[in-house]
Amino acid sequence: MIEIKNITKTYSNGDIVFTALHGISFTINDGEFVAIMGPSGSGKSTLMHILGALDTPTTGTYFLDGRDVSTMSEDELADIRKEKIGFVFQSFNLLPRTTVLRNVELPLMYEGIDMKVRAERAKKSLIASGFDESHFEHKSNQLSGGQIQRVAIARALVNNPSLILADEPTGNLDTRTGEIVLGTFQKLNKEGRTIVLITHERDVAEHADRILFIKDGNLLEDSKKHTRRMAKI
Amino acid sequence: MKTSDLLRETYSALTANKVRSGLTMLGIVIGISSVIAMVALGNGAQASIQASIQSIGSNLIIVTPGTQRSFGGPSAGRGTAQTLTVPDAQAIKTGISNISDVALDVSSRGQVTAKGTNTNTSIVGTSPSYASIRNVTIDEGNFLSDSNISSASKVAVIGPTTRDDLFGVGSEALGQTIKIKGVEFKIIGVTKAKGGSGFTNSDDVVYIPYTTAQHYLTGNQYLSEIDVSGLSADVTTQVQSDVTTLLLSRHNIKDPTQADFSTLNQSDIIATASSVTGTFTILLAAVAGISLLVGGIGIMNMMLTTVTERTREIGLRKAIGAKRKDISLQFLIEAVALTFIGGIIGVILGAAIAFIVSDLGILQAQVSLSSIILAFGVSAGIGIIFGWYPATRAAAMSPIDALRYE
Repeated sequence: MIEIKNITKTYSNGDIVFTALHGISFTINDGEFVAIMGPSGSGKSTLMHILGALDTPTTGTYFLDGRDVSTMSEDELADIRKEKIGFVFQSFNLLPRTTVLRNVELPLMYEGIDMKVRAERAKKSLIASGFDESHFEHKSNQLSGGQIQRVAIARALVNNPSLILADEPTGNLDTRTGEIVLGTFQKLNKEGRTIVLITHERDVAEHADRILFIKDGNLLEDSKKHTRRMAKI
Repeated sequence: MKTSDLLRETYSALTANKVRSGLTMLGIVIGISSVIAMVALGNGAQASIQASIQSIGSNLIIVTPGTQRSFGGPSAGRGTAQTLTVPDAQAIKTGISNISDVALDVSSRGQVTAKGTNTNTSIVGTSPSYASIRNVTIDEGNFLSDSNISSASKVAVIGPTTRDDLFGVGSEALGQTIKIKGVEFKIIGVTKAKGGSGFTNSDDVVYIPYTTAQHYLTGNQYLSEIDVSGLSADVTTQVQSDVTTLLLSRHNIKDPTQADFSTLNQSDIIATASSVTGTFTILLAAVAGISLLVGGIGIMNMMLTTVTERTREIGLRKAIGAKRKDISLQFLIEAVALTFIGGIIGVILGAAIAFIVSDLGILQAQVSLSSIILAFGVSAGIGIIFGWYPATRAAAMSPIDALRYE
């Protein structure tokens, strides 16, 4: 469960002080599929960084599964990311010239899990994200955009996180492949995963059950009664 | 993160760009191999110079006459004086402890002739103990004996070079006669080849009894050299000062600076030569060390490039839970692996260079274990030193900025 209470984020660059978030509060329960939507410069990226434990808020609190993430040190944040969060990035960020399996295993490596166990879990995770089994040993540069994003989703799943955080996951994909990726998220959500999707496109956001609309660092709209748009697969 | 994973990551990172890794490693290979080879050559030179000095004799103290003392007149130069006598030598032998033997020398140069051939060589009038003191070994026949001395026999022992000059290479010389200053000498022995040492060729020599030399060649009772052999290398300095004290009192000289003789200690020569070659070795190693340093900077350069190139990868690794320590260790191990593998190849190459130099007979190079251990230590150290900064820089990156890096 995610509890955000009145968080602000201020950046200062010399004399110039810039406030990206002006006191945002919300709660996301386990098993929800939430889209955080907003135009560029709205502060949604900053919010994503805080949700993903990549950064801490200037003021306010962030509880993830009952633990206060907002005051953690750099190493503690790394542990939270390792154990509780799975990232899917817009630009995929797979390791180049590395096999699909090793890419998916990567988060488990930092947990110090045995190589055999790692391979098993990575395979399971790849199957869950709909990746074709015959391509497991392919190098990451031999894959198509859709395949790459599935590998990225599998990597996000592999450590069994409390939260899957997807930052513009369809931004680099054509509409059809984007639909497939969104369909994968809907399927994973159905299986009980908590997913937070960051996007600037309403079309994409509508695939979620709930939309948080951010503008100029404020939460303008929290539409829980939204009806999910089903991905056309 | 497990060590095995760390090594696997290092392997795939280094093999991802083989040419670059190879070229970077080459800098270390050249550095380490030149250190190994240079130190080996320096040690070889030192050993060969020492062996050459040792071949003059064992624990030797050489006493030579000093300047002819004349009051007011021109100095005739060192070694020209006629101050050393046979009783001096006998007094040294009986009066000084810790010596194994004393040999007498009446040396001169002269024309030596044999049936139709002749040569100009050094003629050493000496005593039987000369053979053991100056490491002269006999190939054929015998060296001079005590009865040769007491009867002032006209017998000679010749060096192999002299034999070759007078009778032809490898021919039989025993029993033949040679003439020195019109006096006939019978050859009773030929020495084994010893090789040149110092400024003279110790194989081009004629040994005759010193009594005979004094009688027929110099016509006086003086000696040109007394060779004293100490019991061990440790006592030579003591023996040298004892000999000096004894001879000063025998010659009635109170002021040591006025001595009419001088003494030379073999271990002094060895120490001087060792310090010269030691300095030379340090010089060579320093030059090689500079190339090692350049190689290390090459490592740092490559690691900095790698860190910049892999910024997004670093961001990703941090996003999925890698800590500062994981990242810095990964890059540090990459640098150390490069220098360590480079170090191994460098040691092999350096030893190969030393082997080839020895094999070609240029110099008997000696690869020492300590230089290998030092080279390994230094190469690993260079990896740590020059890998540290890039690794720290990588580890300090903020995951957000690193992921955004284009």
